[in-house]
Amino acid sequence: MGEKHVVARVADFDGTDRKLVEVKGRPIVIFRLGEEWFGMLNRCPHQGGSLCAGHLISLVESDRPGDIRLSRKGEILRCPWHGWEFDIRTGESMARPGRIRSRPVGVSVVGAADIETVGPLEKYDVSQEGGYVVVEL
Amino acid sequence: MNVETKPNQDTAKPARLGIADCDVHPTPASLEKEVFPFLEKRWRDYIGAYGMVQRMGFAGGTQYPKGQPNAARRDAFPPTGGPPASDLGFFREQHLDAHNVDMAVMIPLRVGQALQNMDLAVAVCAAMNDWQEAFWTSQEPRVKGSIVMAYENAEACVSQIEKHAHKDDFVQVSMLSRTPDPMGHRKYWPIYEAAAAHGLPVGVHAFGNAGNPCTGSGWPSYYIEDMMAHSQSCAGLITSMVYEGVFERIPDLKLIIVEGGIAWLPSLAWRLDRVWEKNRLELSHVKHPPSEYIRERIWLTSQPIEEPDRRQQLVECIDWIGWDRVLYASDYPHWDFDDPQRALPVQLSEAQRNGFFRDNAFRAYGLA
Repeated sequence: MGEKHVVARVADFDGTDRKLVEVKGRPIVIFRLGEEWFGMLNRCPHQGGSLCAGHLISLVESDRPGDIRLSRKGEILRCPWHGWEFDIRTGESMARPGRIRSRPVGVSVVGAADIETVGPLEKYDVSQEGGYVVVEL
Repeated sequence: MNVETKPNQDTAKPARLGIADCDVHPTPASLEKEVFPFLEKRWRDYIGAYGMVQRMGFAGGTQYPKGQPNAARRDAFPPTGGPPASDLGFFREQHLDAHNVDMAVMIPLRVGQALQNMDLAVAVCAAMNDWQEAFWTSQEPRVKGSIVMAYENAEACVSQIEKHAHKDDFVQVSMLSRTPDPMGHRKYWPIYEAAAAHGLPVGVHAFGNAGNPCTGSGWPSYYIEDMMAHSQSCAGLITSMVYEGVFERIPDLKLIIVEGGIAWLPSLAWRLDRVWEKNRLELSHVKHPPSEYIRERIWLTSQPIEEPDRRQQLVECIDWIGWDRVLYASDYPHWDFDDPQRALPVQLSEAQRNGFFRDNAFRAYGLA
């Protein structure tokens, strides 16, 4: 188990679904999908593209030309460079599962009162009320 | 969507030695504001009245919608607005500085080469050369230009070459691979002769909008098939230039194939040699084995580099092509950009690395 780090306020995500943070010198992108939170190393395993600039798209499946099914809206992250697609839950590549995987990191949300219990606060100011986003790394 | 990115934060560590990038695509923020001032008033009026009619449909954009907006990396849109690679400051920050690029060769695309009105094509291509000089190469010495031409009018091309070839701003003469006629056609020879006489290579970039289908067997369904057809067109143009005797006739001609891939070249050379040996009656004007012309006169840029599962196979492939013949290219800001830190993820000797990322380019452009 890694250490827990407070990296953002929940309120920072008003009007956006993502934020790029740094934990232990590593760039981590945090995504908010409704009430669910996801984190990923901000570096595509293919050539290193900044995943933070990628689109969150649906899972696209097809059995034959003209037949296209969309599901899991917003759960597939598409790299802004070459279009590699990753499952936001597992990091697994859609094209080469089992071979190429982005690195997911654990993200959770805690109230201000619980901050003391989650580990070092590093340089983040958590004196205010409200929820905080915590990365485990 | 509020996207926060740091340009290439993972690759911002400078390499040991500055690199040469043989294919980047700066673009005008606005044709009207940046390029039209270099056109005579009659052409501005003409464009206002008639537009810029292309030789084939959708050439101003593309016949096939690209996988990404502007065919670009999604993180390449400048924070100041405008299309990707239209802002020199952001280009420096995200590309030149981030990757320690000492020389970036810009190749303007879709900007006049394929206009159906030949006089307009000549005028717009000439304006694009003035634009490269005014907005890019004179502002940033690391950026070098390519002399853009309406290559269906060889006479006009020669005058553009003579106007710009002596300047430090330009390092090659630019054509696009899908020409209306095969590239060995005699109508293009004056261009090759002028380029050779001035010591500049002819850089042939993928694309071109000649009106012919983009594959040898017609129009495919998907964008990515269009993209895969670039190596076909490059194999075709090399075949044409070798067998039509262009390299034999113009001994100083240097050719750089840009964005067509590389791994197909060895097998093409083998096939050209075997056929040449057996067809002396038709090819008696080709004095040397085709592979010799290819080995001595042609360079290839690396991007989009092949990525076999067994990376070592790519090394073997470059062994066949020659380590002095492959030039690193990023294709910035396009979506199929190759990051210099990741483009060739194999163990290389110092000489191989320096050649691939730098020295080969300086030699190909005659700057070494």
